[in-house]
This record gives sequence, C-alpha cells and structure tokens, in this order.
Amino acid sequence: MRRWLTFIGSRLVMMAVTMLIIVTVTFFLMHALPGTPYNNQALLSNDQLVQLNKKYGFDKPLLLQYLAYLGGILHGDFGISLQFSDQPVTTLMATRIGPSIQLGLQAVVLGTVLGVLLGALAAANQNTWIDRFCSSIAILGRSVPNYVVAVIVQSIFAISLRLLPVGLWDQGFRSTILPTLALSIAPLADAARFIRTEMIDVLTSDYIELARAKGMSEPMIVVRHALRNSLIPLITVIGPMIAGLMTGSLVIETIFSVPGIGEQFTKSILSNDYYTIMAVTIWYSAVLVEVVFLMDVLYQIADPRVRIVGKEGE
Amino acid sequence: MSEITEDSGNVVETGGIASGAAASGTAASAGGDERPVRVSVRDLHVTFRKDNLDVHAVRGVSFDLRAGETLALVGESGSGKSVTCRSLMRLLPRNARLDGDVRFDGRDVLALDRKALRDLRGNRIAMIFQDPMTSLDPTMIIGRQITETIRLHTSVGRREARERAIRLLDQVGISDAARRFHQYPHEFSGGQRQRIVIAIALACHPDVLIADEPTTALDVTMQAQILDLLADIQRDTGTAIILVTHDLGVVAKAADRVAVMYAGRIVEYGTADEIFYNPRHPYTWGLLGSTPTLDTERGRLRPIPGVPPNLAAIPAGDAFAPRNAYALAVDERYEPPFFAVSPTHAAATWLLDPRAPQVEPPAEIRWRWRIWHELQHLEGAA
Repeated sequence: MRRWLTFIGSRLVMMAVTMLIIVTVTFFLMHALPGTPYNNQALLSNDQLVQLNKKYGFDKPLLLQYLAYLGGILHGDFGISLQFSDQPVTTLMATRIGPSIQLGLQAVVLGTVLGVLLGALAAANQNTWIDRFCSSIAILGRSVPNYVVAVIVQSIFAISLRLLPVGLWDQGFRSTILPTLALSIAPLADAARFIRTEMIDVLTSDYIELARAKGMSEPMIVVRHALRNSLIPLITVIGPMIAGLMTGSLVIETIFSVPGIGEQFTKSILSNDYYTIMAVTIWYSAVLVEVVFLMDVLYQIADPRVRIVGKEGE
Repeated sequence: MSEITEDSGNVVETGGIASGAAASGTAASAGGDERPVRVSVRDLHVTFRKDNLDVHAVRGVSFDLRAGETLALVGESGSGKSVTCRSLMRLLPRNARLDGDVRFDGRDVLALDRKALRDLRGNRIAMIFQDPMTSLDPTMIIGRQITETIRLHTSVGRREARERAIRLLDQVGISDAARRFHQYPHEFSGGQRQRIVIAIALACHPDVLIADEPTTALDVTMQAQILDLLADIQRDTGTAIILVTHDLGVVAKAADRVAVMYAGRIVEYGTADEIFYNPRHPYTWGLLGSTPTLDTERGRLRPIPGVPPNLAAIPAGDAFAPRNAYALAVDERYEPPFFAVSPTHAAATWLLDPRAPQVEPPAEIRWRWRIWHELQHLEGAA
C-alpha cells in the first residue's frame, strides 16, 4: 500500500508540474497572437481602447497578468469571456462541457468494444473472408470522415426510418445515439486494427502454441490467453483517444446541433477570446494528463510484469 | 544384408528389398522389445504449401516408440525433426499437409476429428517446448496454467485441481509450491520455468512426452538438471519420451535409441551405443565430428561443409550427396535404401552396399569403431 501511495503521490506531483508548464506556455503563446479580442477595433477610439484594456487588465505588464491569471486559476477563476457578454469562462464551460464528455465517453466505449470484437474476429480468422470483411470495415472507418458517417446515419435513422431525432439536445439519451455512432467510427477502426495486429502477433507466440498442445480449442485460447495479452497494449492507445473525444468535436457538434464545447472553442479562437481559449486548452490538457495517469494505474493492475507497486511482504 | 548384395544389378529394386529387410521398413524400431508400441509412424510425409511452392519438410519417416523408452531425433535445423514430432499431435500450421500413417495406441491420429484430437493433446500426448522464457502466458499465474490443463481433461473440481497442481510443482522441483502457485512466469528463472512447463505436460499423466529441444535455451548445469528430471519422471511413470535435439551431448545422456535425420528423412537409426560407437552413415560421422568430446584435440572440430538442401526443390538421388565427401556416383541418381547393420541398427547409405568401395572414415570415427569392437569383444567374452 505504501508503494502505491508513493507511486500515486509522485505521479500527482509530476502531473501538477506538467499542468503548470502547459498553463504557462499557453498563456504566453496566447499573448503573442496577432490581433486583439475586440472585433470592432477599427471603430474604437484610443480612449475607449485604453478603457477596455484597463477593464480586462491588459494594461498591466505581461508578467503581472500571468501571475494574476495563475492566482485566479487556483481559486477556480478562469477569467471572463471577452466574447460571450462578459460571462465567467467557468460558467460558460460548465453548461457546454457535459454533452461533450457524454458523447466522448459513449463513443469511446462503443467504439473500442466493437473494435476489439472486430479485430479479434479478424485475427482469429486471419486471411479468410471474415478477416477481409473486418479489416475492410476498419479501413473504411479510418478513411471515411466522421461527418460523412454523421450524414449517412442521419439520413437512414432520422430521415428515412424516423427512429431518432436528426439533431438537437432535447430528447435525452435518444439525442445522443446518432452523434455517438458517428463519433465512434474512428476509435472503432483504430481499436480493430490495433487488436488485429497485436492478436496475430500473440497468436503465433509460444504460449499460444502451448495452449494448443494442452488440447484447448481455438475460441477458448482466444478468450483465455490471446485477448488479455493483446488488450494490455491497447490501454496505452485508448488514453489519448478518450481525451481527444471528450474535448468535443466541432464538426459532429455542429451537424447534430449539440451544445458542446467544441463549437465554443472554435468560436473563441476566431475572436481571440483569450480566457476561453486558455480554459479549453487547459481543460483538454488536464483531461489528457489525467487519462494517461489513469491508464498507467490500469496498466499496473493489468500487466503483472510492470507491477512495480504492491506485492507487500514478498 | 548379404542377400541384398547378391541381387540383380537393378539398384532401385535392391533398394526396395533392402529397406524391407531392415526391420521391415520400420526405421528406428527396437528389435526384440516386448514393451507395447505407443506411437507408430509409417512413411510420414509433411508438405508445407507456401507461395505456390511445396516444401517437403518430412519425406517418408517411419519409426516406433515403445512405452518407457526415450527416442532421440537428431539433426541440424530444418532436418524435419520438430515437424515430425509435432505431426504426432498434429500441431502444425494450417498450410501443412500430412500423408502416411501415424498411430497412437493403434488409433489413426491423422483421421481424428478436432474434438478427438483435443482429447489427445495435453492428455495422452504432451509437449515441452524449446524456450521456457516464452512458452508460459505472461499474464496468468502459473498455477492456473497447470490447473487449466487438468480441468480441461478431467472432471475434478477447482480445489482438487489446485492440490494436484501443487503436487506437480513439488514433483518437478519447485520449492514452496503452494505459495509459488500464485506467482507469474516472470518471477521464475529460465530453469524453473522449464520445470513449470514440464509440470503442465505431466498434468494428465501422458503416455508420450514430446520434448522439442527442451534444454537448448538453458545453460549447461540447468540442462543436466532438466534431463535428470525427465529421466526421473520416465522411471516413475513409464512415459515414453521423444527427445528432439541437435545436441549429441544431450542424446548421449538421455536417449535409449537414436534416429539421425537429414533433409526430412531418417538416415541412420540404432541404439545410442550403436550410433555413438558404430556409426555407418557419413552424415552421422559429420555430426559426431562436429561435436566436442573430452578427447577432442585442441579444438579440432570439423564442421560439415555446405548447407542443407532447399526442401522446396530436392535434387534426385541422395539429398546429402552434395555435402558428402564419401559420395558415390550412384548417390547422384538413386536415394539409398536402409541397409541393416544389426537387428536394431540401419543406415541409408550406398557405402553399406557390398559393391561399394571400402572407404576410410575420419580418424575420430575409426577411434569410435575400435571402442565398439572392444565392447563387442568384452560382451562376447562375458
């Protein structure tokens, strides 16, 4: 247990340092951007500009602005949005982040589960029509953009069959089904291809040969020995996948009129909305860092060979 | 042997009779042995189809394996020894075609359906692999890898399987077995892992144990320990062992009988003594000459020149002829049949045909023959 605490403690410190670096780099890069957050600057008089700069604190030296921003973050204050009627960025994001997280998680779960099944099926039947069928789906999923898939599922399930809403976020879970489907295509394809390669490798390994020599049937070998050994490396790919999907997809959110964070992020970039851009960037980084941390912990539990923690008294 | 020689001039016909005369076409069969035959292989051919090429990995191998004996299959890489023994449990890739007759306790192994085959594997015939570092599932505790086999083939419960696995671990020399049952493969050394693989193989008291280069990946002291362990197991259980190896040192220590393989065929077989002290095939001479012994003078090892033939395009005649310093003209055209040397010993080389010229084998082989003659002399006196 103490080794676990040391492991988690040291990782938390590293995560904090990582986040500090990200915040710092983002902040200074942001202020190196050309232009200002005011969309009608040409119409503003010098006095008005000075007044506005003073209001938002842009008149102070950069270093002071930076320290003030850091102090704010520690109190949960990410500044106010320059674009959306001076709302605090945190309130703005709070209303937008929920749908993005929900869609992202649903898509990752659906995509990886289906992808693993598809990949395992392909590997267990290597070079047969089953393999070719599964691999084609994977290649299709990777090469067809998700907005095309979005339009296809919309036209089938919403317009032709009238089973599900075309868009909007007003029917609870039913509203999430089509965007989840569209978003899950990429993780599905990635997981399928990854598992197929891993599993083909695993299936030619000596311990699988030994399992055959024990008299086990092929399905039994896949379930008992091959799947677990090919799933462990998937943990490392799934982390970034989750982070990417949980931070929202602009295109999908736009097509299905989902009030998510992706759309907001794009708008804020176009209008130099400093505080919103930074908050979304920090959010994205925080999700990534946390997911990577969680995956490391998971890896520790799943793979006995990397277990550097635990094993007390042995 | 002599009646073969007085035959007509037709070489091919002579060949047929010769192989019939030597242990009735059965290579490596112990003469006068009363123990039941566990495995009998007749004219086994294994062909791998790859990129529209047929690779003939095994070309007409025959042998018997009796209960309680150890038969060594010896030869260099690619001689077909591994493929031959994997054929006994049909543990070959999908592109392999097997022809001939393989019987286990009289049952036709090549005709078994998948279910019957699975009942055979790990239960009646078990296998030990070459590399203990990779032959255990790294993500499963070793105890479960043993109980898995037990529960697959018997109807014992979880607890009893566990107790049996712990006894097996104890039997193969893993101390503190009850605790180590729960450990993962990476927590064991190479030698210990091979012991665990052996424990898995022994889980259902198999009649036949196939050991495919079981000591090749281990250091020398570990090799001796593993061979001793196999010998102990055989003494206690009467299991027949097929030992595949390229290491004649291992053969000398462990085998009752030896079959020397080259390019998918058995070229010489006999008791271990016959192969070591009265070798008749030039390939066996080469193998013995390239193995160090205590008497080897100052590192004078003679490797066999050249490389084995391409098994996708085997030339006519004797496959070993291109590398054979003692090759005769007839080798270019006709594959030599087996010529019997004793009821238990035969070699497939035209040098044993009485019409062949007398050749002088390497000094080391002549030295071995002298020991053989002295041994025979002593036995005759006794």
